[in-house]
Amino acid sequence: MSEPALSFLDRPNSYIGRSVPRPNARRLVQGRGAYVDDLRLPRMAHVAFLRSPRAHARIVRIDTAAAKAAPGVVAVVTGEDLAGICKPWVAVLSHFKGLRSPPQHPLAIGWLRWAGEPFCAVVAASRAEAEDAVALIDAELEPLPVAVDMEAALAPGATVIHPELGDNLAFERTLDVGDVDAAFRTAAAVVEQTFHVGRHTGVTLEPRALVAEWNPGEEKLTIHHSFQAPHMMQDIVCKHLGLPEASVRVVCGDVGGSFGIKVHIYPDEMATVALAKLLARPVKFVADRLESFVSDIHARDHRVKGRMAVDAAGAILGIEIDDLTGIGPYSVYPRTSAVEANQVVNLVGGPYRHANYRARARVVFQNKTPMCQYRAVGHPIAVMVTEGLVDLAAAAIGMDPAELRRRNVIADDAHPSTAASGIRFEKLSHQRSLEKLLAMMDYDALRREQAALRARGIHRGIGLAAFIEITNPSAAFYGVGGARISSQDGCTLRLNPQGGVVAAIGVTEQGQGTEAVIAQVVATAVGVPLSDVRVVTGDTDATPYGGGTWACRAAGIGGEAAWQSGKALRRNILEAAAVMLQTNAASLDVRDGSIVDADSGAERMKLSEFGRVAYFRPDTLPAGLAPELVVTRHYVPKDYPFAFTNGVQASYVEVDTDTGFVTLIKHWCVEDCGTVINPQLVDEQIRGGIVQGIGAALFEECRYDGQGQMLNGNMADYLVPMAAEMPDIDVAHVVTPTASSEIGAKGAGEAGTAGAPAAVINAINDALRPLGARVDSQPAGPQAILRALGKV
Amino acid sequence: MKAPDFAYARPTVLSEVFDLLDGDGDVRLLAGGQSLVPSLNMRLSAPSLLVDINRLPGLSGIEARDGVVRIGALTRHGEIARSALIAERLPLLAMAAPHIAHAAIRNRGTFGGSIALADPAAEWPACCLALGATMVVASRAGERRVAAGDFFTGLFATALRRGEVLVAIEIASPPAGSVAHFSELARRRGDYAIVGLAAQVARAEDGAMDPRLAFFGVGDRPVLAEATRRVIAGGGGIADAQATLGRDLAPTGDAECAGATKLHLARVLLGRAMAALRTRGDA
Repeated sequence: MSEPALSFLDRPNSYIGRSVPRPNARRLVQGRGAYVDDLRLPRMAHVAFLRSPRAHARIVRIDTAAAKAAPGVVAVVTGEDLAGICKPWVAVLSHFKGLRSPPQHPLAIGWLRWAGEPFCAVVAASRAEAEDAVALIDAELEPLPVAVDMEAALAPGATVIHPELGDNLAFERTLDVGDVDAAFRTAAAVVEQTFHVGRHTGVTLEPRALVAEWNPGEEKLTIHHSFQAPHMMQDIVCKHLGLPEASVRVVCGDVGGSFGIKVHIYPDEMATVALAKLLARPVKFVADRLESFVSDIHARDHRVKGRMAVDAAGAILGIEIDDLTGIGPYSVYPRTSAVEANQVVNLVGGPYRHANYRARARVVFQNKTPMCQYRAVGHPIAVMVTEGLVDLAAAAIGMDPAELRRRNVIADDAHPSTAASGIRFEKLSHQRSLEKLLAMMDYDALRREQAALRARGIHRGIGLAAFIEITNPSAAFYGVGGARISSQDGCTLRLNPQGGVVAAIGVTEQGQGTEAVIAQVVATAVGVPLSDVRVVTGDTDATPYGGGTWACRAAGIGGEAAWQSGKALRRNILEAAAVMLQTNAASLDVRDGSIVDADSGAERMKLSEFGRVAYFRPDTLPAGLAPELVVTRHYVPKDYPFAFTNGVQASYVEVDTDTGFVTLIKHWCVEDCGTVINPQLVDEQIRGGIVQGIGAALFEECRYDGQGQMLNGNMADYLVPMAAEMPDIDVAHVVTPTASSEIGAKGAGEAGTAGAPAAVINAINDALRPLGARVDSQPAGPQAILRALGKV
Repeated sequence: MKAPDFAYARPTVLSEVFDLLDGDGDVRLLAGGQSLVPSLNMRLSAPSLLVDINRLPGLSGIEARDGVVRIGALTRHGEIARSALIAERLPLLAMAAPHIAHAAIRNRGTFGGSIALADPAAEWPACCLALGATMVVASRAGERRVAAGDFFTGLFATALRRGEVLVAIEIASPPAGSVAHFSELARRRGDYAIVGLAAQVARAEDGAMDPRLAFFGVGDRPVLAEATRRVIAGGGGIADAQATLGRDLAPTGDAECAGATKLHLARVLLGRAMAALRTRGDA
């Protein structure tokens, strides 16, 4: 037959592209989830930590006698007590040349370097008793001068947080491509702005949580962990506790949101693991909200000076940026805290054709909570800088901002291409995405409405933000730098006697729907009803080795592994079935749980009958036929370091120029994540990401005083975005599958967060422009807008 | 975030409450618990005894008697929001209720608890001030009545004495022709306001206004803007009133806004309230 084989999209019982219900959704909404804090193990104790009240201090003396005598207390330990059980770690990667960071212990020894750093632990029969005893620890601390502000941390005479390093500079990267000076000399207009992106954090619904249990009988450490990357945790625990791989099992059951918060190694979590080993009994740690705010990684905290040169026709001639970011006192293990600044350098100017680019990024130690990777690492900063400059350039030459973007985006037919920063694009759809967005929002009509309302004193603004997003990372992200973080993932499928399929996979479920997407791919590939697929994730003893959830890889990488595995299982089924049915395998297919004639679709044998024979009556099969009904396939992208996606967002806002309040009227996003496996899940990923981006733009900020104390570390004063303030969000897609895999899916989880802040801030500035005001610091609250307007 | 140990009692008659309040140590009343319980869990307060008053009879409910509306101290915010009597007789409270936190909190938190806590950014104390409410306070010695203007004495401080329980709030129905206005500026729906205004405005036949303007979120307690009231009652315009407001309010800054910004926002709320009242023909 010369007809092309059916693709996964048009297989007869395909679940690809359908918004099927998530298999775990019903269980979760019924309150029958099993989160770490739900675990009650025999002899389980609870740990609470004494955290540094100061941003910088020397530990003079710790007296734990009263705490040890308190009711219910099992143990009180200091950093020295755990040093022999858990070796310290150093968060550097060899591909970030020059990155440095000192050793970090589970509990600080000698010096305290941020307010919130754990330095003593109390294990007690209950968390309340542990907290009671923590209050009885008498710790004498000698206050030291602090380095809090990131600019001041580099100034001569600044307090050096790690004297052995000489200064507070952790990492610096520079890039100079083309002839930037010439581009700026010949420009029709040069625009310049300094952008501030404040610190914020993830605020997962379920806080960080871990139960560790050491069983000396079988020398096995079992860690129940609210985490994104179980195999990474296993490897690191082995390394730092000196245990063989077979002795460590990490189980990630239900996880109540992660957003990148739960992919890092935390001192308090490593201390809990070490305590379980020390005490030979289960120890539970569940971060409370107050300690979450000062111990979960923070994100962003960038000051970027940016310049852009354009010619009279609006062509972008050159871009120059200088990024400064504060990461707290340590680079965070094992991914390091240099990645975000590095991403900013890579991503600025990403959607646009421009050949001249100069960038510098400096990463600075300071006495604040450590900063590391959080949803859309570096993207919202790069997009804010780029899109803010694009709007300024458009205004400078009197061009509509949509038109300037139209003239500069990399053409859809120009791929494969390479950006000025050196990143490579397989195939993007900026032009189609932009045109689709402008049509969807009826851009011209909106501009007319804006002008009509302006005449009545109503100040509305339209903001656009084109973006690119890094997804499906290969080993280029971490592996090449020496981090033992898997970029490959595997999927093992087993056909059961009744025709059901169990899929065990290395990517993990954080509440985002990974298991639904994998089930859809498996059901489609094998040819069984979705309800017959059971997906197992998050158990190092039960799943193929994999990277877990990060950098938008679950669908693109895990999905391809599931697809290849599903095809292989179907092949194995059909080869055996062909012998039973005395025909050839090519004339058969598996559809909806039955082996059918491929041409007519007529049922030849139910899978349950096939399973019965294969498992219970193999004696009836010919000698030499041994159906292999468990298969495993792995996948890692190899032709490109990353599968870049692209998209564009728009925000429509109204600014109350008397109060400084911003009403978000509407938000649009067109994005291209390649093949869309489950449209509803993808759209909700986009919407959720946009809401987090809006949080950064308008609401969320970890506020610090000059002494390094976080001022608003609670749910009343740290403003997470909430439903009532959110606009309606329309989402649409352009579909450009990646050719790196058969399913062609790229990531979608970070696109919303990447573009939303720039769209919103640009919209506010569009509203303010006729009034001669603008805001360039996030979050932009009412007072900032009133100050920009000169009203207060 | 686990509360330290405390003793707990749940009396069913008021006299038992008085007995318990007479005891040694730090004794606190537990009503809806929407502020107290978080403060316990965050170890911001550590009372030795919590006296749960939720089982006390007669402390809950809304009734009209003797020309006043009497609201029991244990009446939940949600009950006030849904009360037809409140909507008819005290529309200011009905307007304010939806701004108080979120539905789950409104179903637990109590009117009396909010007033006794006296958070300077809360809605109910300001409404009581605008309406000239009377606090009914009981102790072993009997009942006494405290005017709202004398009740709020500072940051989370009231005229309640040791051994006393706020049992009800009595509010006289505003005179015919009087209108209510409520507005607040909060970053998110349900947050404590940056600045808010609860106003009860008497209006004469000729349109002259005599407004009781209670601002909240502007200092250590809700503030009645008396100088501004006189300017408006004397026929002053919006600009005059806004200028005068600086004599009534001296807001202190918080994490969200400097004091000067709060004063600006209070002036904006005042101007908008006056403009709305002038164009409102319904009352």
